[in-house]
Amino acid sequence: MTTTTEAPRRAWTVQVMGMPVSIHVRGGNPHGSQARDAVERAYATLRDVDARFSPFRADSELSRLRRGELTLAAASDDLRLVERLCRTAVERTAGAFDPWRWRDGFDPTGLVKGWAVARAGELLREVDGDVLVDAGGDVLAWSRSGRPWVVGIEDPTDRSRVLARVPLLDGAVATSGPAARGAHIVDPRTGEPAAGVLSATVVGPSILWADVAATTAVVLGPAAEAWTSTLHGTSGLLVLAGGRVHRWANPT
Amino acid sequence: MKVSKLVAAGLGTLAGVVAVFLYPTSTNRPAPGQADGNGSSASSGAVAGSGSGSGTGSGSGSSGSASSSSGSASSGSSSGSGASSSGSSSGSGSSGTSGSSAKSGTYTGDVVQTRWGPVQVEITVSGGTITAARAVQYPHGNGRDEQINGYALPILEQEVVSAQSDKIDAVSGATVTSDGYISSLQSAIDQAFHA
Repeated sequence: MTTTTEAPRRAWTVQVMGMPVSIHVRGGNPHGSQARDAVERAYATLRDVDARFSPFRADSELSRLRRGELTLAAASDDLRLVERLCRTAVERTAGAFDPWRWRDGFDPTGLVKGWAVARAGELLREVDGDVLVDAGGDVLAWSRSGRPWVVGIEDPTDRSRVLARVPLLDGAVATSGPAARGAHIVDPRTGEPAAGVLSATVVGPSILWADVAATTAVVLGPAAEAWTSTLHGTSGLLVLAGGRVHRWANPT
Repeated sequence: MKVSKLVAAGLGTLAGVVAVFLYPTSTNRPAPGQADGNGSSASSGAVAGSGSGSGTGSGSGSSGSASSSSGSASSGSSSGSGASSSGSSSGSGSSGTSGSSAKSGTYTGDVVQTRWGPVQVEITVSGGTITAARAVQYPHGNGRDEQINGYALPILEQEVVSAQSDKIDAVSGATVTSDGYISSLQSAIDQAFHA
């Protein structure tokens, strides 16, 4: 895979937050202690977020909030920040992304993943060299060398294939599909499973907002194509039911 | 008409970029004429390389020709009023289709001086459509400036790219579970670089 002239490169993979998260370091000293320590801290952050914000753990802070044992006012700064971000997401998507209405009660899982990966990314900024994080199919990466990371976009009809690729110097690529994790994405405005978009990929500066936008596009279904023109400073690709592909690249 | 729309889209793209730089000038009270200078050169120089004659949109940008949403961006930037957000919706133009006869290729605009440094925009035209617009030169004041560069249009693969591909570094797809990961392309990539 590598050629002799390429920069040294190393990858780690850990199962956390219910998904495999891999971290790649290219160039610099990927086998040194600085990279190793930063990577360990990044994974520790993801484990910590999972312990606190998983709705599947009865003892998590989120679960206590959901059961009414904890008020938002008494919650941690992080949980209140996540809640604020969720409200912003509802506003930005006109309710197509709504952590209050897609499942029972307040469940910010769809936003927490991107938020957690962004946080882990901050800890990786100290690593020399180029860094890429792939969190279960959502990618955050930057390049100090000037050589872009090349991110393939999975073909939703054949997940062993790559449909397109996008060079990434500094930013995120998030993809959502209606059958992610085997559970349908539900339109919170109707309660019905979303249909019409087989997969939505959004490339942008923030993994959190790229992820929210990709999920929203799936919820919007056929209306997603026009909606992508409102995503300033992003590019991306929709695979529509029937196989047609819509691409966009909007300036900032 | 088609050509002017195309050019307007290009102008809007540049104006959108420049408007970002202009925005603070309206609050910082720049030297008189500075914003105007930036704006007008942005409007006239946008697609200088296109050579498609028809005015290269010289007027359409600064007059806010309303041929598309890019009008607001253009007028905003040339007046220096700094309506940075209004310009951005012009992005739809960059992926829109147009049946114009513009020759396929890459066109590079003039360098526009802004108070943060030079900005230069390049557009790629293919089959009469602007398929990409990017800043090839932009100021390096802080790390976030690079994001003005925007993000490239995803490149469709011309042939089947399978798990054996060595062209990609990561795969973005609907969330993989641990079961799915074992058979995924991403796991192959990761394993290639482990330790």
